[in-house]
Amino acid sequence: MMTSTMLSTLHAVWGQSSGETLVFPTQGSDFAPAIDWLFYAITAISAFFFAIIVGVMVYFVLRYRRRPGHDAQPSASHNTPLEIAWSVLPGFILLAIFAAGFLIFLDLRRVPEGAYEIKVTARKWSWAFEYPNGLVMEDLHVPADRPVRLLMSSMDVIHSLFVPAFRVKQDLVPGRYTEMWFRATGAGTHRLYCAEYCGQKHSTMVANVVVHEPADFEQWLRIETDKTNNLPPAELGALLYKRQGCAQCHAIDDNVQGKAGPSFAKTFGTQQRLTNGESVTIEENYLRRSILEPLAQIRAGFQPVMPTYQGRLRDNEIDALIAYIKSLNPEATPKE
Amino acid sequence: MSESHLSTATAHVHGHGEEDYLSCSSGWKSWAFTLDHKRIGVMYLVAILASFLAGGIMALLIRLELLLPGKFFLSEDQYNHMFTLHGAIMTFLFLIPSIPAALGNFMVPVMLGVKDVAFPRMNLASFYLWIGGAIFFLAAVILGGLDTGWTFYTPYSTTTNTSVITASLGVFILGFSSIFTGLNFLVTINMMRPAGMTWFRMPLFLWSLYATSIIQILATPVIGITGLLLIAERALGIGIFDPARGGDPVLFQHFFWFYSHPAVYIMILPAMGIISEMVSTFSRKPIFGYRFIAYSSIAIALLGFLVWGHHMFVSGQSPLAAMMFSALTFSVSIPSAIKVFNWLSTMYKGSVSLETPMCYTLSFIFLFGIGGLTGLFLGALATDVHLHDTYFVVAHFHYVMMGGTLIAFLGGLHYWWPKMFGKMYNENLARIACLIIFVGFNATFFPQFILGSRGMPRRYAKYDPEFQIFHQFSTFGALLLGAGLFLSAGVLLHSLLRGRRAPANPWGGSTLEWKCSSPPPHHNFDWPPVVTEPYHYDHIQYDPKEGGYVEVEEVAPDPDDAPLPVKH
Ligand code: HEM
Ligand SMILES: [Cu+2]
Repeated sequence: MMTSTMLSTLHAVWGQSSGETLVFPTQGSDFAPAIDWLFYAITAISAFFFAIIVGVMVYFVLRYRRRPGHDAQPSASHNTPLEIAWSVLPGFILLAIFAAGFLIFLDLRRVPEGAYEIKVTARKWSWAFEYPNGLVMEDLHVPADRPVRLLMSSMDVIHSLFVPAFRVKQDLVPGRYTEMWFRATGAGTHRLYCAEYCGQKHSTMVANVVVHEPADFEQWLRIETDKTNNLPPAELGALLYKRQGCAQCHAIDDNVQGKAGPSFAKTFGTQQRLTNGESVTIEENYLRRSILEPLAQIRAGFQPVMPTYQGRLRDNEIDALIAYIKSLNPEATPKE
Repeated sequence: MSESHLSTATAHVHGHGEEDYLSCSSGWKSWAFTLDHKRIGVMYLVAILASFLAGGIMALLIRLELLLPGKFFLSEDQYNHMFTLHGAIMTFLFLIPSIPAALGNFMVPVMLGVKDVAFPRMNLASFYLWIGGAIFFLAAVILGGLDTGWTFYTPYSTTTNTSVITASLGVFILGFSSIFTGLNFLVTINMMRPAGMTWFRMPLFLWSLYATSIIQILATPVIGITGLLLIAERALGIGIFDPARGGDPVLFQHFFWFYSHPAVYIMILPAMGIISEMVSTFSRKPIFGYRFIAYSSIAIALLGFLVWGHHMFVSGQSPLAAMMFSALTFSVSIPSAIKVFNWLSTMYKGSVSLETPMCYTLSFIFLFGIGGLTGLFLGALATDVHLHDTYFVVAHFHYVMMGGTLIAFLGGLHYWWPKMFGKMYNENLARIACLIIFVGFNATFFPQFILGSRGMPRRYAKYDPEFQIFHQFSTFGALLLGAGLFLSAGVLLHSLLRGRRAPANPWGGSTLEWKCSSPPPHHNFDWPPVVTEPYHYDHIQYDPKEGGYVEVEEVAPDPDDAPLPVKH
């Protein structure tokens, strides 16, 4: 067990597949080679100067160390041409680094015409990726070899979408849209992180990026879409529970460890106390209201952290979620 | 140098006979209401070291939690509180006041050869404001903690239910403390330089504090007002930052970094000043390129105001703004590079002795070198997009702030310790501690560069298992680092009890603080010391009787040992 994790880590660290090196994960987009190249170039320049600095330092310490019979020897206390030289010459190197960084950055910012567009919504603490046909997924699925533009916004605080394999990152700011783009190279699965601290479960605001071969992508999209259209309500609810990020905060069993909200298991039809001291029966109207106006009634023992789903779920989807939650308590006898 | 000079040497030390500042009066009131800059400096020293201990213990807890990818012993909430407090305490309570308020307070008037700072009461007020700010921080911890990160980004900070208001008030008050210190030094250095001490005869530590003071006075009000706006937003619901009320959350980041970027120079400039002093003393060589070092401090202070946007390259900033900020960021790295070259040249043909402060100096050049060079990766736009908000940034700023400021602070502490407390510490143990700190530091933070470039985001309570090996390495490094710090604390404390009496000038320093006795008398000097060029060492010779260095009459130099004609 131990050794196998060790081995897989070592493999991950040293494996040379698809551009992965000790310092970088797989090169998953066509930005990656350019950015890695710049990184290595800066590393080489830095290492060169660092070696000189440390080398000279060590040499001077050894050569001029205080010892019997050795004392400081006079030497110039300044040397203007030399000092101007070492102030100005590094400037040219810095200018080159700056220019390279800026030019690559312009590519990162210039979205090509006709890019495939996916809408991204971030909320504490999950991602929603919405396809042109209305399908919403909790993981990002993209076609390979085709520019993809993400049109992004946040429902609560600032988040940041970061795909290390693509070497791209962009903040999602509430109240405005931001965008980013990339072209994935080759099928595979990568990690997608929230890089801007966003509260309690920031470190679990993680999703996968699944890159499909261009030919398979349309098929994948059709299958997923059909699924949602033809499912019975409770099963659609189960799907939405995962895709809409409910699962981040609500358990569906008794294992509520690390969950910010109450579990859905065996709650429908029960009486629950609220933070304001009142109590409430968990029935359809309460559930609907909790989804659309989550801060109106907070159950005792929980924080008011849930984002609203107003405008994010269609009526039939809300119905489906309610049906699903209902199905999680078989003994439920809805109150009249 | 031949021994014969020494027989004619006369000890030339001011203040012998008068009682020193530690024993001239006693009782807690003589400390609590003191206007003596030295006692205020000592109180500051104790206070910031206590903060450093608190922040350091939090750092160790954070590192221990990260031994495992999942939960070890801290919940996510506890982890978030821990890194927030660690960052806030280290920045606002420790790093910003560390060198100016503790070491600077003690040394500025002594290095100027005067009795006290320009405004002694304001100096004491600065200390009590610091205490006030610290109390607010403590209150924030008790009243529910703080989980915003030390950066307080909106709208998270306007919506979290932790004690943001209390903590912002703490920052506000600490800001005043910092402004008071800055104003005091600015006026003191401007107005109270003694006859003969022209601007370009001033020790470089004073230059660096002068530049620092400018930043403190100009930038700190911005963080104060930003804190008030944040409070207004939370308490009164005014829509400045919260988009739900028509505000702009990114505006907060501009305000915050408009202070906090210059603030990193509040931390590093005094550190560079200390290094300039020590590298010269321990090489027995005039500092090379005095003017370039002095001007570069001012250049850093001014350029430092123009680069704040480099913290916001992926915040939605326009490419034009990103380009300007990136270009300016590179320009501010040049003055830092100049200093490194000058320090190295100072050692050239010197007589380099590796006493503890010099060990810290060498360690500083190494670590600050890495810190500064990794700034280039972050200043370049394309690479920053990938590295921003990852452990690479964490490693970068620890190399500059801990490898830079903390190491220089420790070096300065060891350098001036005999002066401040009149005791010598155990040189060998102190050097070993320095070495352990150096190794532990690199073991802690170097792996974090790799973590970051591999994609590990910062501020993560849990992480993907592939990162574990680097995190574990880093944690073991942190334990070593902690051990080194405790050892150096032990060595210094031990010296207070058992240390050999310190001579006036244990290292052969040439600036004025070495001309009064150790510890200095209450009024620092009985008569104004004669100001000469700083950083001239030929007339300062070791005297075994004294156990330290003394000034000897200028003797006719033998021909191949001629002192360099002074030119500027
Ligand atoms: C050559 C000199 C330097 C350059 C080019 C440089 C560049 C940068 C850049 C571009 C960032 C933003 C990275 C990001 O968030 O993506 C950054 C972060 C930072 N730098 Fe530097 N830097 C330099 C020196 C320093 C020094 C001297 C200090 C302090 C003493 C410092 C302290 C910091 C801090 C505190 C942060 C991050 C703050 C945070 O996000 O919490 N840097 N640096
Ligand atoms: Cu987030």
